[in-house]
Amino acid sequence: MSLLEIQNLVVEFQTASGPFRAVDGVSLKVDEGEVLAIVGESGSGKSVSMLAAMGLLPWTAKVTADKLLFNGRDLQAMSDRDRRKIIGKEISMIFQEPVASLNPCFTVGYQIEEVLRVHTDLDRKARWDRAIELFQLVGIPNPEERLGHYPHQMSGGQCQRVMIATALACNPKLLIADEPTTALDVTIQKQILDLLMKLQAEHGMGLIMITHDMGVVAETADRVIVQYKGRKIEEADVLSLFESPKSVYTKALLSALPENAVGGRLPTITEKLTDQQIFEGAVR
Amino acid sequence: MTPVLEARNLKRDYHIPGSLLKKGKTVHAVKGVSFKVEQGKTLSIVGESGCGKSTLARMVTMIDPVTSGEMLIDGQKVDIAAEPLSSDMRSKVQIVFQNPYGSLNPRKKIGDILTEPLIINTKIPAAERRDRAMAMLKKVGLEEKHYSRYPHMFSGGQRQRVAIARALMLNPRLLVLDEPVSALDLSVQAQVLNLLADLQEEFHLTYVFISHDLSVVRHISDDVMVMYFGEAVEYGSRDQVFNDPQHSYTKTLFAATPRVDVEAIKARLERRKRA
Ligand SMILES: Nc1ncnc2c1ncn2[C@@H]1O[C@H](COP(=O)(O)OP(=O)(O)OP(=O)(O)O)[C@@H](O)[C@H]1O
Ligand SMILES: Nc1ncnc2c1ncn2[C@@H]1O[C@H](COP(=O)(O)OP(=O)(O)OP(=O)(O)O)[C@@H](O)[C@H]1O
Ligand SMILES: [Mg+2]
Ligand SMILES: [Mg+2]
Repeated sequence: MSLLEIQNLVVEFQTASGPFRAVDGVSLKVDEGEVLAIVGESGSGKSVSMLAAMGLLPWTAKVTADKLLFNGRDLQAMSDRDRRKIIGKEISMIFQEPVASLNPCFTVGYQIEEVLRVHTDLDRKARWDRAIELFQLVGIPNPEERLGHYPHQMSGGQCQRVMIATALACNPKLLIADEPTTALDVTIQKQILDLLMKLQAEHGMGLIMITHDMGVVAETADRVIVQYKGRKIEEADVLSLFESPKSVYTKALLSALPENAVGGRLPTITEKLTDQQIFEGAVR
Repeated sequence: MTPVLEARNLKRDYHIPGSLLKKGKTVHAVKGVSFKVEQGKTLSIVGESGCGKSTLARMVTMIDPVTSGEMLIDGQKVDIAAEPLSSDMRSKVQIVFQNPYGSLNPRKKIGDILTEPLIINTKIPAAERRDRAMAMLKKVGLEEKHYSRYPHMFSGGQRQRVAIARALMLNPRLLVLDEPVSALDLSVQAQVLNLLADLQEEFHLTYVFISHDLSVVRHISDDVMVMYFGEAVEYGSRDQVFNDPQHSYTKTLFAATPRVDVEAIKARLERRKRA
């Protein structure tokens, strides 16, 4: 049984110019102990599909799916109350925009303790110790002091690490990490990726890694899904994807690495490929 | 030629207020940094998370005052703690903030966000403001239909492009970009970097570019400065820094860059299987 199974997920937003389909029939599975990377162009529905699966989209979104199962349990049929018990504890998410996801009115220590208070039965002292331990794990120096800071007193990358610590607080079974290292320099990125991979291996945590960084994919993923305008374009194990990408889109994506720039210009994909070429070249 | 931007020994402290039980504290976020950027050039700043890059960016864009040191823009000394900024100076230097969402007013439509700097700083009539905003939207790879949408209706990367568009509305001379492409996929990243290159060529724009992506830095910079715990530990031309890094942090940084390399993936999968 898969940890998370999504079949034919469709998400539509009501907008002033009519309905807009942000996710158009995406299916995916993640097993225990597996790392699935989702890559794809900005706006291709990566974040929306995961937020939809967790029931975190605003009411303007219409979400349908043939299957939406966590550990065999139907997330769609579940009451809000039951879903809230799972989300934040068994499934947790590192949101894409860390600074916006933290509450500016509370210290970061309070915010992480609050998650522990709601989802565990640790007492106050134990929560505090756990918070310190988590800050150490994500490489925030002087945790005792930092826990007393407000988000605006921390740098962008420090806020991102607070988000990561919060998401890991309850040892989730499934972690959805939405661009978790965008604000981090490569040395700290490495530390964070190593940490995620370690937790993943030790606790059998399933990990969905949304990223546009092919280096991150190469260093973490078992399997990769490539998405474009709400649709899945290619799915492959990580080695095959890099060694022999099948769809035209994935090929173009890999050649857009800045290392491959010619004469000061970087290759872009959409300048060269039409939507039709991309969709027709899809390999699923 | 007078550099567009010159910084001499810039410092910035933050005071963290104490409480009844705790004493207040001072953080030395930037500890005396000097550099120059000539017109039409790009200086990149890289460094560990928390080393003071955004702090430096806020000083350069005259949002936060300097604690000590001197800053000259087009040879003219500026000190916002001493005198208020002229609107001319304000439009000259623009910033793209690190977190695009926090910097876009959620209650305003994109069109209003883009035209606002024109309303505040110029006398351009409404119809032309709208035209310019529309043109800018397209320039950063968004569409006309996005003009009347709110920030929450955009993906992370789309919002980042809105922030870049807004910074460009006033035709600045100096643009400070704080991790402008880190939220973008490669294709859009390429679009934005190409756009920045075009604008630089067209208007002789000067950039201070903060990034942790070394392949991007290598692609776009003339000069590179590496910061570590509030200090500049390395500063030189791009080739100097990349070909012959001096400081151990710079070397660590280069070594930690993830590689998209089939052999490396094979080795990792092998290790994983064994574990
Ligand atoms: N509330 C909303 N109303 C209308 N459209 C929306 C809303 N939220 C998201 N969208 C649209 O849905 C599409 C998918 O957005 P999503 O955030 O999933 O993109 P993404 O793949 O995560 O991109 P990025 O890499 O830039 O984060 C985008 O075109 C976005 O503009
Ligand atoms: N308002 C503030 N009050 C107190 N300390 C602050 C404040 N803003 C930043 N700091 C501290 O100053 C240091 C430098 O922060 P800054 O945001 O400049 O780092 P950065 O290099 O931009 O990091 P990142 O790459 O993570 O964005 C950090 O240790 C941060 O915690
Ligand atoms: Mg996203
Ligand atoms: Mg910063």
